[in-house]
Amino acid sequence: MTDEIIIHTEGLTKRFGNFTAVDAISFEVQRGEIFGFLGANGAGKTTAMRMLIGLSMPTSGKATVAGFDVFRQTEKIKQNIGYMSQKFSLYEDLTIKENIRLYAGIYGKSDAFIKEKSERLVRQLHMEGEANKLVRSLPLGWKQKLAFSVAIFHEPRIVFLDEPTGGVDPMARREFWNMIYEAADSGITVFVTTHYMDEAEYCNRVSIMVDGRIEALDTPAVLKQTYGAATMNEVFLQLARKASRNGD
Amino acid sequence: MSAVEAHNLVKRYQSGNDTVEAVRDISLQVQKGELFGIIGPDGAGKTSLFRMLTSLLIPDGGEAHVDGSDIVKDYKAIRRKVGYMPGRFSLYQDLTVEENLHFFATIFNTSIEENYDLVRDIYGQIEPFKNRRAGALSGGMKQKLALSCALIHKPVVLFLDEPTTGVDAVSRKEFWDMLQSLKQQGITILVSTPYMDEASLCDRVALMQGGVIMTTGTPAGIINSFSLPLLAVKGDNMHGLLKDLPGAPGVEQSYSFGEHHHAIMKNDYQQEELERYLEGKGHSGLEIQPVRPTIEDCFMQLMRTDHDR
Repeated sequence: MTDEIIIHTEGLTKRFGNFTAVDAISFEVQRGEIFGFLGANGAGKTTAMRMLIGLSMPTSGKATVAGFDVFRQTEKIKQNIGYMSQKFSLYEDLTIKENIRLYAGIYGKSDAFIKEKSERLVRQLHMEGEANKLVRSLPLGWKQKLAFSVAIFHEPRIVFLDEPTGGVDPMARREFWNMIYEAADSGITVFVTTHYMDEAEYCNRVSIMVDGRIEALDTPAVLKQTYGAATMNEVFLQLARKASRNGD
Repeated sequence: MSAVEAHNLVKRYQSGNDTVEAVRDISLQVQKGELFGIIGPDGAGKTSLFRMLTSLLIPDGGEAHVDGSDIVKDYKAIRRKVGYMPGRFSLYQDLTVEENLHFFATIFNTSIEENYDLVRDIYGQIEPFKNRRAGALSGGMKQKLALSCALIHKPVVLFLDEPTTGVDAVSRKEFWDMLQSLKQQGITILVSTPYMDEASLCDRVALMQGGVIMTTGTPAGIINSFSLPLLAVKGDNMHGLLKDLPGAPGVEQSYSFGEHHHAIMKNDYQQEELERYLEGKGHSGLEIQPVRPTIEDCFMQLMRTDHDR
Protein backbone atom coordinates (compact mmCIF):
# COMPACT_ATOMS: atom_id res chain seq x y z
CA MET A 1 0.00 0.00 0.00
CA THR A 2 1.37 3.43 -0.90
CA ASP A 3 0.31 6.78 0.49
CA GLU A 4 -1.48 7.72 -2.68
CA ILE A 5 -4.96 9.06 -1.86
CA ILE A 6 -7.63 7.67 -4.18
CA ILE A 7 -10.75 9.01 -2.47
CA HIS A 8 -10.77 12.32 -0.68
CA THR A 9 -13.91 13.91 0.79
CA GLU A 10 -14.31 17.04 2.86
CA GLY A 11 -17.66 18.04 4.34
CA LEU A 12 -19.45 16.12 1.61
CA THR A 13 -23.18 16.70 2.05
CA LYS A 14 -26.40 15.72 0.31
CA ARG A 15 -29.77 17.19 1.19
CA PHE A 16 -33.16 16.19 -0.17
CA GLY A 17 -35.44 19.09 0.75
CA ASN A 18 -35.18 19.47 4.52
CA PHE A 19 -33.64 16.04 4.94
CA THR A 20 -29.87 15.78 5.22
CA ALA A 21 -29.11 12.28 3.96
CA VAL A 22 -25.34 12.69 4.12
CA ASP A 23 -24.13 15.21 6.67
CA ALA A 24 -20.67 16.64 6.01
CA ILE A 25 -18.57 13.48 5.80
CA SER A 26 -14.81 13.77 5.54
CA PHE A 27 -12.48 10.84 4.95
CA GLU A 28 -9.68 9.53 2.78
CA VAL A 29 -9.05 6.15 1.19
CA GLN A 30 -5.59 5.08 0.09
CA ARG A 31 -4.61 3.21 -3.02
CA GLY A 32 -4.78 -0.58 -2.64
CA GLU A 33 -6.83 -0.37 0.53
CA ILE A 34 -9.88 -2.55 1.26
CA PHE A 35 -12.23 0.00 2.76
CA GLY A 36 -15.42 -1.20 4.49
CA PHE A 37 -18.29 1.26 4.37
CA LEU A 38 -20.83 0.23 7.00
CA GLY A 39 -24.00 1.69 8.44
CA ALA A 40 -27.52 0.80 9.45
CA ASN A 41 -30.34 0.89 6.87
CA GLY A 42 -31.08 4.54 6.24
CA ALA A 43 -27.77 5.84 7.60
CA GLY A 44 -26.88 7.37 4.22
CA LYS A 45 -24.45 4.79 2.79
CA THR A 46 -26.14 4.44 -0.58
CA THR A 47 -26.50 8.20 -1.03
CA ALA A 48 -22.83 8.72 -0.15
CA MET A 49 -21.74 6.00 -2.54
CA ARG A 50 -23.89 7.41 -5.36
CA MET A 51 -22.11 10.75 -4.98
CA LEU A 52 -18.71 9.07 -5.10
CA ILE A 53 -19.48 7.16 -8.29
CA GLY A 54 -20.79 10.24 -10.08
CA LEU A 55 -24.49 9.35 -10.06
CA SER A 56 -25.68 11.99 -7.62
CA MET A 57 -24.66 15.64 -7.39
CA PRO A 58 -23.61 16.63 -3.86
CA THR A 59 -25.31 19.61 -2.23
CA SER A 60 -22.06 20.91 -0.76
CA GLY A 61 -18.57 19.93 0.30
CA LYS A 62 -15.69 18.57 -1.74
CA ALA A 63 -14.69 15.17 -3.05
CA THR A 64 -12.35 13.63 -5.55
CA VAL A 65 -12.34 10.03 -6.70
CA ALA A 66 -9.29 8.72 -8.59
CA GLY A 67 -8.23 12.34 -8.87
CA PHE A 68 -11.47 13.54 -10.46
CA ASP A 69 -13.95 16.00 -9.01
CA VAL A 70 -17.42 14.67 -8.13
CA PHE A 71 -19.05 17.98 -9.15
CA ARG A 72 -17.41 18.60 -12.49
CA GLN A 73 -15.84 15.36 -13.73
CA THR A 74 -18.46 12.67 -13.20
CA GLU A 75 -17.89 11.12 -16.64
CA LYS A 76 -14.16 10.82 -15.91
CA ILE A 77 -15.00 9.15 -12.61
CA LYS A 78 -17.23 6.61 -14.32
CA GLN A 79 -14.43 5.69 -16.73
CA ASN A 80 -11.98 5.12 -13.91
CA ILE A 81 -14.03 3.06 -11.48
CA GLY A 82 -15.70 -0.32 -11.44
CA TYR A 83 -19.07 -0.94 -9.77
CA MET A 84 -21.07 -4.00 -8.83
CA SER A 85 -24.13 -4.44 -6.65
CA GLN A 86 -26.05 -7.36 -5.28
CA LYS A 87 -29.18 -6.41 -7.15
CA PHE A 88 -27.96 -5.79 -10.65
CA SER A 89 -24.69 -6.95 -12.01
CA LEU A 90 -24.94 -8.93 -15.23
CA TYR A 91 -27.38 -9.52 -18.08
CA GLU A 92 -29.03 -12.84 -17.35
CA ASP A 93 -29.97 -13.52 -20.96
CA LEU A 94 -26.45 -13.03 -22.28
CA THR A 95 -23.72 -15.64 -21.98
CA ILE A 96 -20.64 -15.22 -19.81
CA LYS A 97 -18.53 -14.23 -22.81
CA GLU A 98 -21.17 -11.86 -24.13
CA ASN A 99 -21.40 -10.09 -20.78
CA ILE A 100 -17.64 -9.63 -20.67
CA ARG A 101 -17.57 -8.31 -24.24
CA LEU A 102 -20.45 -5.92 -23.58
CA TYR A 103 -18.93 -4.37 -20.47
CA ALA A 104 -15.40 -4.19 -21.84
CA GLY A 105 -16.74 -2.67 -25.04
CA ILE A 106 -18.61 0.04 -23.11
CA TYR A 107 -15.33 0.93 -21.45
CA GLY A 108 -13.72 1.24 -24.88
CA LYS A 109 -11.34 -1.73 -24.68
CA SER A 110 -9.94 -3.09 -27.94
CA ASP A 111 -11.11 -6.37 -29.45
CA ALA A 112 -7.63 -7.85 -29.02
CA PHE A 113 -7.52 -6.89 -25.33
CA ILE A 114 -11.02 -8.29 -24.75
CA LYS A 115 -10.28 -11.55 -26.53
CA GLU A 116 -7.01 -12.24 -24.77
CA LYS A 117 -8.15 -11.20 -21.33
CA SER A 118 -11.56 -12.86 -21.39
CA GLU A 119 -9.98 -16.22 -22.23
CA ARG A 120 -7.59 -15.84 -19.33
CA LEU A 121 -10.40 -14.76 -17.01
CA VAL A 122 -12.68 -17.66 -17.89
CA ARG A 123 -9.77 -20.03 -17.18
CA GLN A 124 -8.99 -18.40 -13.85
CA LEU A 125 -12.62 -18.69 -12.81
CA HIS A 126 -12.69 -22.35 -13.92
CA MET A 127 -15.72 -21.52 -16.05
CA GLU A 128 -14.38 -22.86 -19.40
CA GLY A 129 -17.31 -25.23 -19.67
CA GLU A 130 -19.84 -22.47 -19.07
CA ALA A 131 -18.34 -19.64 -21.12
CA ASN A 132 -21.07 -19.87 -23.74
CA LYS A 133 -23.94 -20.52 -21.35
CA LEU A 134 -26.49 -17.93 -20.27
CA VAL A 135 -25.63 -16.21 -17.03
CA ARG A 136 -29.15 -17.04 -15.79
CA SER A 137 -28.18 -20.69 -15.44
CA LEU A 138 -25.26 -20.04 -13.05
CA PRO A 139 -25.46 -20.45 -9.26
CA LEU A 140 -25.54 -17.13 -7.38
CA GLY A 141 -22.02 -17.54 -5.97
CA TRP A 142 -20.61 -17.95 -9.50
CA LYS A 143 -22.60 -15.00 -10.79
CA GLN A 144 -21.20 -12.74 -8.12
CA LYS A 145 -17.63 -13.86 -8.76
CA LEU A 146 -18.14 -13.28 -12.45
CA ALA A 147 -19.78 -9.89 -11.81
CA PHE A 148 -16.77 -8.83 -9.75
CA SER A 149 -14.36 -9.92 -12.48
CA VAL A 150 -16.39 -7.99 -15.05
CA ALA A 151 -16.43 -4.91 -12.81
CA ILE A 152 -12.61 -4.86 -12.76
CA PHE A 153 -12.08 -6.14 -16.30
CA HIS A 154 -11.22 -2.68 -17.62
CA GLU A 155 -8.59 -2.37 -14.85
CA PRO A 156 -10.11 0.52 -12.92
CA ARG A 157 -8.20 2.18 -10.10
CA ILE A 158 -11.02 1.62 -7.66
CA VAL A 159 -14.00 -0.71 -7.49
CA PHE A 160 -17.21 -0.04 -5.55
CA LEU A 161 -19.01 -3.12 -4.25
CA ASP A 162 -22.51 -2.67 -2.86
CA GLU A 163 -23.40 -5.69 -0.69
CA PRO A 164 -21.73 -8.07 -3.12
CA THR A 165 -22.16 -11.20 -0.99
CA GLY A 166 -25.79 -10.90 0.15
CA GLY A 167 -27.44 -14.34 0.13
CA VAL A 168 -24.29 -16.07 -1.14
CA ASP A 169 -23.38 -19.40 0.49
CA PRO A 170 -20.60 -19.37 3.09
CA MET A 171 -18.00 -21.05 0.90
CA ALA A 172 -18.66 -18.85 -2.12
CA ARG A 173 -18.59 -15.82 0.17
CA ARG A 174 -15.03 -16.70 1.18
CA GLU A 175 -13.95 -17.38 -2.39
CA PHE A 176 -15.35 -13.96 -3.23
CA TRP A 177 -13.22 -12.35 -0.54
CA ASN A 178 -10.13 -14.11 -1.87
CA MET A 179 -10.79 -12.36 -5.16
CA ILE A 180 -11.08 -9.05 -3.33
CA TYR A 181 -7.69 -9.63 -1.68
CA GLU A 182 -6.11 -10.44 -5.03
CA ALA A 183 -7.54 -7.30 -6.59
CA ALA A 184 -6.22 -5.22 -3.69
CA ASP A 185 -2.80 -6.87 -4.01
CA SER A 186 -2.72 -5.86 -7.67
CA GLY A 187 -3.26 -2.25 -6.63
CA ILE A 188 -7.02 -1.88 -7.13
CA THR A 189 -8.68 -0.04 -4.25
CA VAL A 190 -11.81 -1.79 -2.94
CA PHE A 191 -14.70 0.16 -1.44
CA VAL A 192 -17.25 -2.30 -0.06
CA THR A 193 -20.53 -2.30 1.87
CA THR A 194 -21.84 -5.37 3.67
CA HIS A 195 -24.30 -6.54 6.30
CA TYR A 196 -22.04 -9.44 7.28
CA MET A 197 -20.04 -8.24 10.24
CA ASP A 198 -17.41 -10.98 9.87
CA GLU A 199 -16.59 -9.39 6.52
CA ALA A 200 -15.92 -6.07 8.26
CA GLU A 201 -12.96 -7.87 9.85
CA TYR A 202 -11.48 -8.53 6.38
CA CYS A 203 -11.20 -4.81 5.60
CA ASN A 204 -8.04 -2.76 6.21
CA ARG A 205 -10.18 0.05 7.59
CA VAL A 206 -13.87 0.40 8.29
CA SER A 207 -16.13 3.42 8.56
CA ILE A 208 -19.51 3.27 10.28
CA MET A 209 -22.21 5.75 9.34
CA VAL A 210 -24.97 6.75 11.74
CA ASP A 211 -27.67 9.29 10.81
CA GLY A 212 -25.74 10.64 7.83
CA ARG A 213 -22.43 11.11 9.65
CA ILE A 214 -19.33 8.96 9.91
CA GLU A 215 -19.30 8.06 13.61
CA ALA A 216 -16.22 5.87 13.57
CA LEU A 217 -13.39 5.16 11.17
CA ASP A 218 -10.35 3.01 11.84
CA THR A 219 -8.89 -0.46 11.52
CA PRO A 220 -11.12 -3.23 12.92
CA ALA A 221 -8.57 -3.85 15.70
CA VAL A 222 -8.56 -0.23 16.90
CA LEU A 223 -12.36 0.05 16.65
CA LYS A 224 -12.82 -3.04 18.81
CA GLN A 225 -10.37 -1.66 21.34
CA THR A 226 -11.98 1.79 21.37
CA TYR A 227 -15.46 0.41 21.97
CA GLY A 228 -14.37 -2.35 24.33
CA ALA A 229 -15.94 -4.92 22.01
CA ALA A 230 -14.91 -8.48 21.17
CA THR A 231 -16.27 -8.40 17.63
CA MET A 232 -17.11 -5.89 14.91
CA ASN A 233 -20.74 -6.90 15.36
CA GLU A 234 -20.67 -5.46 18.89
CA VAL A 235 -18.99 -2.27 17.69
CA PHE A 236 -21.67 -1.91 15.03
CA LEU A 237 -24.53 -2.53 17.45
CA GLN A 238 -23.19 0.00 19.96
CA LEU A 239 -22.94 2.69 17.31
CA ALA A 240 -26.05 1.91 15.31
CA ARG A 241 -28.27 1.85 18.40
CA LYS A 242 -27.56 5.57 18.81
CA ALA A 243 -29.33 6.23 15.53
CA SER A 244 -32.45 8.35 15.72
CA ARG A 245 -33.41 7.77 12.09
CA ASN A 246 -35.60 4.80 11.43
CA GLY A 247 -35.03 2.41 8.54
CA ASP A 248 -34.32 3.24 4.91
CA MET B 1 -49.95 -34.14 15.39
CA SER B 2 -47.06 -32.04 14.13
CA ALA B 3 -47.68 -28.49 12.95
CA VAL B 4 -45.89 -29.26 9.69
CA GLU B 5 -45.14 -32.66 8.28
CA ALA B 6 -43.57 -33.08 4.85
CA HIS B 7 -42.51 -36.29 3.13
CA ASN B 8 -40.25 -36.43 0.07
CA LEU B 9 -41.37 -33.11 -1.40
CA VAL B 10 -40.07 -32.38 -4.89
CA LYS B 11 -40.39 -29.25 -7.04
CA ARG B 12 -38.99 -28.90 -10.54
CA TYR B 13 -38.93 -25.93 -12.89
CA GLN B 14 -38.44 -25.89 -16.62
CA SER B 15 -35.85 -23.39 -17.80
CA GLY B 16 -35.47 -23.57 -21.56
CA ASN B 17 -34.40 -27.14 -22.27
CA ASP B 18 -33.10 -27.65 -18.75
CA THR B 19 -35.02 -28.94 -15.78
CA VAL B 20 -34.00 -27.44 -12.49
CA GLU B 21 -34.82 -29.39 -9.36
CA ALA B 22 -35.34 -26.64 -6.81
CA VAL B 23 -36.53 -28.97 -4.05
CA ARG B 24 -35.28 -32.55 -4.06
CA ASP B 25 -36.91 -35.04 -1.78
CA ILE B 26 -37.38 -32.94 1.35
CA SER B 27 -38.86 -34.42 4.51
CA LEU B 28 -39.50 -32.29 7.53
CA GLN B 29 -41.36 -32.25 10.82
CA VAL B 30 -42.08 -29.14 12.84
CA GLN B 31 -43.69 -29.45 16.26
CA LYS B 32 -46.47 -27.20 17.50
CA GLY B 33 -45.19 -24.02 19.09
CA GLU B 34 -41.70 -24.41 17.65
CA LEU B 35 -39.64 -21.59 16.20
CA PHE B 36 -38.08 -23.45 13.30
CA GLY B 37 -35.38 -22.01 11.04
CA ILE B 38 -34.59 -22.97 7.46
CA ILE B 39 -31.01 -21.80 7.03
CA GLY B 40 -29.50 -21.62 3.58
CA PRO B 41 -28.15 -19.32 0.86
CA ASP B 42 -30.06 -17.99 -2.14
CA GLY B 43 -31.00 -20.81 -4.49
CA ALA B 44 -31.17 -23.43 -1.73
CA GLY B 45 -34.89 -23.94 -2.40
CA LYS B 46 -36.28 -22.20 0.69
CA THR B 47 -38.88 -20.14 -1.13
CA SER B 48 -40.12 -23.07 -3.23
CA LEU B 49 -40.48 -25.13 -0.04
CA PHE B 50 -42.46 -22.36 1.70
CA ARG B 51 -44.70 -21.83 -1.34
CA MET B 52 -45.56 -25.51 -1.45
CA LEU B 53 -46.31 -25.62 2.28
CA THR B 54 -48.59 -22.58 1.96
CA SER B 55 -50.45 -24.15 -1.04
CA LEU B 56 -49.15 -21.56 -3.50
CA LEU B 57 -47.20 -24.14 -5.52
CA ILE B 58 -48.17 -27.70 -6.30
CA PRO B 59 -45.40 -30.21 -5.58
CA ASP B 60 -44.10 -32.49 -8.34
CA GLY B 61 -43.67 -35.25 -5.79
CA GLY B 62 -44.21 -36.11 -2.16
CA GLU B 63 -46.86 -34.88 0.23
CA ALA B 64 -47.21 -32.56 3.16
CA HIS B 65 -49.66 -31.57 5.87
CA VAL B 66 -49.89 -28.31 7.77
CA ASP B 67 -51.91 -28.50 10.97
CA GLY B 68 -53.39 -31.75 9.65
CA SER B 69 -54.54 -30.35 6.31
CA ASP B 70 -53.18 -31.69 3.04
CA ILE B 71 -51.36 -28.91 1.15
CA VAL B 72 -52.91 -29.92 -2.19
CA LYS B 73 -56.36 -31.32 -1.41
CA ASP B 74 -57.18 -29.01 1.49
CA TYR B 75 -55.71 -25.85 0.04
CA LYS B 76 -58.65 -23.74 1.19
CA ALA B 77 -58.16 -24.82 4.79
CA ILE B 78 -54.42 -24.24 4.48
CA ARG B 79 -54.92 -20.66 3.41
CA ARG B 80 -57.06 -19.96 6.50
CA LYS B 81 -54.55 -21.60 8.80
CA VAL B 82 -51.28 -20.16 7.62
CA GLY B 83 -49.83 -16.67 7.66
CA TYR B 84 -47.27 -16.01 4.94
CA MET B 85 -44.83 -13.15 4.70
CA PRO B 86 -43.06 -13.36 1.36
CA GLY B 87 -39.47 -12.27 0.93
CA ARG B 88 -40.40 -9.36 -1.25
CA PHE B 89 -42.67 -6.61 0.16
CA SER B 90 -46.10 -7.46 -1.25
CA LEU B 91 -48.57 -5.16 0.43
CA TYR B 92 -50.57 -2.50 -1.38
CA GLN B 93 -48.21 0.45 -1.66
CA ASP B 94 -50.99 2.92 -2.37
CA LEU B 95 -53.14 1.91 0.56
CA THR B 96 -52.39 3.35 3.98
CA VAL B 97 -50.95 1.31 6.84
CA GLU B 98 -54.37 0.92 8.43
CA GLU B 99 -56.14 0.17 5.13
CA ASN B 100 -53.70 -2.65 4.41
CA LEU B 101 -54.24 -4.26 7.79
CA HIS B 102 -58.00 -3.75 7.54
CA PHE B 103 -57.99 -5.34 4.07
CA PHE B 104 -56.19 -8.47 5.24
CA ALA B 105 -58.44 -8.78 8.29
CA THR B 106 -61.55 -8.45 6.12
CA ILE B 107 -60.64 -11.06 3.51
CA PHE B 108 -60.23 -13.51 6.39
CA ASN B 109 -63.63 -12.54 7.80
CA THR B 110 -62.23 -10.96 10.91
CA SER B 111 -61.44 -7.47 12.14
CA ILE B 112 -58.45 -5.62 13.49
CA GLU B 113 -60.23 -5.27 16.85
CA GLU B 114 -60.88 -9.00 17.18
CA ASN B 115 -57.22 -10.00 16.97
CA TYR B 116 -55.61 -6.79 18.12
CA ASP B 117 -53.95 -8.52 21.08
CA LEU B 118 -51.90 -10.64 18.73
CA VAL B 119 -50.44 -7.72 16.78
CA ARG B 120 -50.41 -5.13 19.58
CA ASP B 121 -46.64 -5.24 20.18
CA ILE B 122 -45.78 -5.03 16.49
CA TYR B 123 -48.58 -2.94 15.00
CA GLY B 124 -48.45 -0.61 18.01
CA GLN B 125 -45.03 0.55 16.81
CA ILE B 126 -46.34 1.70 13.42
CA GLU B 127 -49.85 2.78 14.49
CA PRO B 128 -48.74 6.42 14.88
CA PHE B 129 -48.25 6.33 11.08
CA LYS B 130 -51.50 4.54 10.28
CA ASN B 131 -52.57 7.14 7.72
CA ARG B 132 -49.32 6.98 5.79
CA ARG B 133 -49.24 5.06 2.51
CA ALA B 134 -47.43 1.77 2.80
CA GLY B 135 -45.17 2.69 -0.12
CA ALA B 136 -43.83 5.66 1.87
CA LEU B 137 -42.74 3.62 4.89
CA SER B 138 -39.13 2.90 5.79
CA GLY B 139 -37.81 -0.64 5.36
CA GLY B 140 -38.14 -1.49 9.03
CA MET B 141 -41.72 -0.20 9.21
CA LYS B 142 -42.75 -2.05 6.04
CA GLN B 143 -41.49 -5.21 7.64
CA LYS B 144 -43.57 -4.62 10.78
CA LEU B 145 -46.67 -3.92 8.70
CA ALA B 146 -46.13 -7.05 6.61
CA LEU B 147 -45.79 -9.14 9.76
CA SER B 148 -48.96 -7.58 11.23
CA CYS B 149 -50.87 -8.37 8.02
CA ALA B 150 -49.64 -11.98 8.06
CA LEU B 151 -50.83 -12.31 11.66
CA ILE B 152 -54.15 -10.51 11.73
CA HIS B 153 -56.26 -13.60 10.96
CA LYS B 154 -54.61 -15.47 13.83
CA PRO B 155 -52.83 -18.17 11.84
CA VAL B 156 -51.85 -21.51 13.37
CA VAL B 157 -48.55 -21.57 11.50
CA LEU B 158 -46.62 -18.53 10.38
CA PHE B 159 -44.23 -18.73 7.39
CA LEU B 160 -41.68 -15.94 7.11
CA ASP B 161 -39.53 -16.02 3.99
CA GLU B 162 -36.22 -14.24 4.59
CA PRO B 163 -37.66 -11.46 6.75
CA THR B 164 -34.20 -10.17 7.70
CA THR B 165 -32.39 -10.25 4.35
CA GLY B 166 -30.66 -6.96 3.60
CA VAL B 167 -31.67 -5.65 7.02
CA ASP B 168 -28.97 -4.19 9.27
CA ALA B 169 -27.77 -5.91 12.43
CA VAL B 170 -29.80 -3.74 14.82
CA SER B 171 -33.13 -4.20 13.01
CA ARG B 172 -32.44 -7.91 12.63
CA LYS B 173 -32.10 -8.25 16.36
CA GLU B 174 -35.36 -6.36 16.96
CA PHE B 175 -37.15 -8.59 14.49
CA TRP B 176 -36.00 -11.74 16.25
CA ASP B 177 -37.18 -10.31 19.58
CA MET B 178 -40.64 -9.92 18.00
CA LEU B 179 -40.58 -13.55 16.85
CA GLN B 180 -39.70 -14.70 20.37
CA SER B 181 -42.71 -12.90 21.80
CA LEU B 182 -45.00 -14.36 19.10
CA LYS B 183 -43.72 -17.80 20.00
CA GLN B 184 -44.78 -17.15 23.61
CA GLN B 185 -48.32 -16.77 22.27
CA GLY B 186 -48.22 -20.32 20.95
CA ILE B 187 -47.87 -19.66 17.20
CA THR B 188 -45.71 -22.11 15.29
CA ILE B 189 -43.18 -20.18 13.24
CA LEU B 190 -41.13 -21.29 10.23
CA VAL B 191 -38.57 -18.70 9.23
CA SER B 192 -35.99 -18.86 6.47
CA THR B 193 -32.74 -16.93 6.45
CA PRO B 194 -29.39 -16.83 4.65
CA TYR B 195 -27.70 -15.53 7.85
CA MET B 196 -26.06 -18.48 9.59
CA ASP B 197 -25.72 -16.61 12.88
CA GLU B 198 -29.51 -16.45 13.21
CA ALA B 199 -29.69 -20.23 13.65
CA SER B 200 -28.92 -19.88 17.35
CA LEU B 201 -32.16 -17.93 17.82
CA CYS B 202 -34.30 -20.89 16.68
CA ASP B 203 -35.48 -23.92 18.66
CA ARG B 204 -34.51 -26.20 15.79
CA VAL B 205 -33.08 -25.59 12.35
CA ALA B 206 -32.72 -27.32 9.00
CA LEU B 207 -29.57 -26.50 7.03
CA MET B 208 -30.51 -26.37 3.37
CA GLN B 209 -28.40 -26.21 0.22
CA GLY B 210 -29.03 -27.14 -3.41
CA GLY B 211 -32.61 -28.29 -2.81
CA VAL B 212 -31.81 -30.71 0.02
CA ILE B 213 -31.83 -30.50 3.78
CA MET B 214 -28.31 -31.45 4.84
CA THR B 215 -29.19 -31.83 8.51
CA THR B 216 -31.90 -30.99 11.03
CA GLY B 217 -31.55 -30.48 14.76
CA THR B 218 -31.20 -28.05 17.62
CA PRO B 219 -28.41 -25.52 17.04
CA ALA B 220 -26.46 -27.05 19.95
CA GLY B 221 -27.01 -30.57 18.66
CA ILE B 222 -25.73 -29.70 15.21
CA ILE B 223 -22.67 -28.01 16.68
CA ASN B 224 -21.97 -31.02 18.90
CA SER B 225 -22.02 -33.30 15.89
CA PHE B 226 -19.07 -31.44 14.34
CA SER B 227 -16.67 -34.32 14.28
CA LEU B 228 -13.17 -32.83 14.18
CA PRO B 229 -11.12 -30.43 16.32
CA LEU B 230 -11.36 -26.79 15.28
CA LEU B 231 -8.70 -24.11 15.82
CA ALA B 232 -8.91 -20.34 15.59
CA VAL B 233 -5.67 -18.98 14.17
CA LYS B 234 -4.55 -15.39 14.17
CA GLY B 235 -1.27 -13.72 13.20
CA ASP B 236 0.27 -10.47 12.04
CA ASN B 237 -0.11 -11.34 8.36
CA MET B 238 -3.63 -12.73 8.04
CA HIS B 239 -3.65 -12.95 4.23
CA GLY B 240 -0.34 -14.83 4.17
CA LEU B 241 -1.59 -17.12 6.92
CA LEU B 242 -4.63 -18.03 4.87
CA LYS B 243 -2.34 -19.10 2.03
CA ASP B 244 -0.01 -21.14 4.27
CA LEU B 245 -2.58 -22.93 6.43
CA PRO B 246 -3.77 -25.48 3.82
CA GLY B 247 -0.28 -27.03 3.61
CA ALA B 248 0.37 -27.02 7.35
CA PRO B 249 0.68 -30.28 9.34
CA GLY B 250 -2.59 -31.60 10.75
CA VAL B 251 -4.79 -29.16 8.80
CA GLU B 252 -7.75 -30.71 6.96
CA GLN B 253 -9.44 -27.51 5.85
CA SER B 254 -8.95 -23.84 6.56
CA TYR B 255 -10.89 -20.69 5.78
CA SER B 256 -11.25 -17.12 6.98
CA PHE B 257 -13.64 -16.51 9.83
CA GLY B 258 -13.98 -12.89 10.89
CA GLU B 259 -10.87 -11.74 12.74
CA HIS B 260 -9.51 -15.31 12.86
CA HIS B 261 -9.00 -18.09 10.40
CA HIS B 262 -10.57 -21.40 11.26
CA ALA B 263 -8.61 -24.60 10.73
CA ILE B 264 -10.34 -27.97 10.88
CA MET B 265 -7.70 -30.37 12.23
CA LYS B 266 -7.05 -34.10 12.01
CA ASN B 267 -7.80 -35.85 15.31
CA ASP B 268 -4.11 -36.50 16.05
CA TYR B 269 -2.86 -32.98 15.33
CA GLN B 270 -0.10 -31.39 17.43
CA GLN B 271 -0.52 -27.69 18.08
CA GLU B 272 3.24 -27.19 18.66
CA GLU B 273 4.01 -28.78 15.32
CA LEU B 274 1.57 -26.39 13.61
CA GLU B 275 3.09 -23.39 15.39
CA ARG B 276 6.64 -24.44 14.43
CA TYR B 277 5.59 -24.89 10.82
CA LEU B 278 3.94 -21.47 10.59
CA GLU B 279 6.84 -19.75 12.33
CA GLY B 280 9.14 -21.47 9.85
CA LYS B 281 7.09 -19.80 7.11
CA GLY B 282 7.89 -16.46 8.71
CA HIS B 283 4.66 -15.85 10.59
CA SER B 284 4.77 -13.75 13.74
CA GLY B 285 2.25 -12.76 16.40
CA LEU B 286 0.61 -16.18 16.19
CA GLU B 287 -2.36 -16.92 18.45
CA ILE B 288 -3.76 -20.41 18.11
CA GLN B 289 -6.55 -21.81 20.25
CA PRO B 290 -9.23 -24.49 20.06
CA VAL B 291 -12.72 -23.05 19.54
CA ARG B 292 -16.27 -24.33 19.51
CA PRO B 293 -17.63 -24.50 15.96
CA THR B 294 -20.48 -22.25 14.88
CA ILE B 295 -23.40 -23.18 12.64
CA GLU B 296 -21.48 -21.65 9.74
CA ASP B 297 -18.58 -24.06 10.33
CA CYS B 298 -21.03 -26.94 10.38
CA PHE B 299 -22.74 -25.70 7.24
CA MET B 300 -19.48 -25.60 5.31
CA GLN B 301 -18.43 -29.01 6.55
CA LEU B 302 -21.77 -30.46 5.42
CA MET B 303 -21.46 -28.72 2.03
CA ARG B 304 -18.10 -30.40 1.51
CA THR B 305 -19.39 -33.82 2.58
CA ASP B 306 -22.34 -33.46 0.20
CA HIS B 307 -20.00 -32.39 -2.55
CA ASP B 308 -17.68 -35.37 -2.06
CA ARG B 309 -20.50 -37.84 -2.10
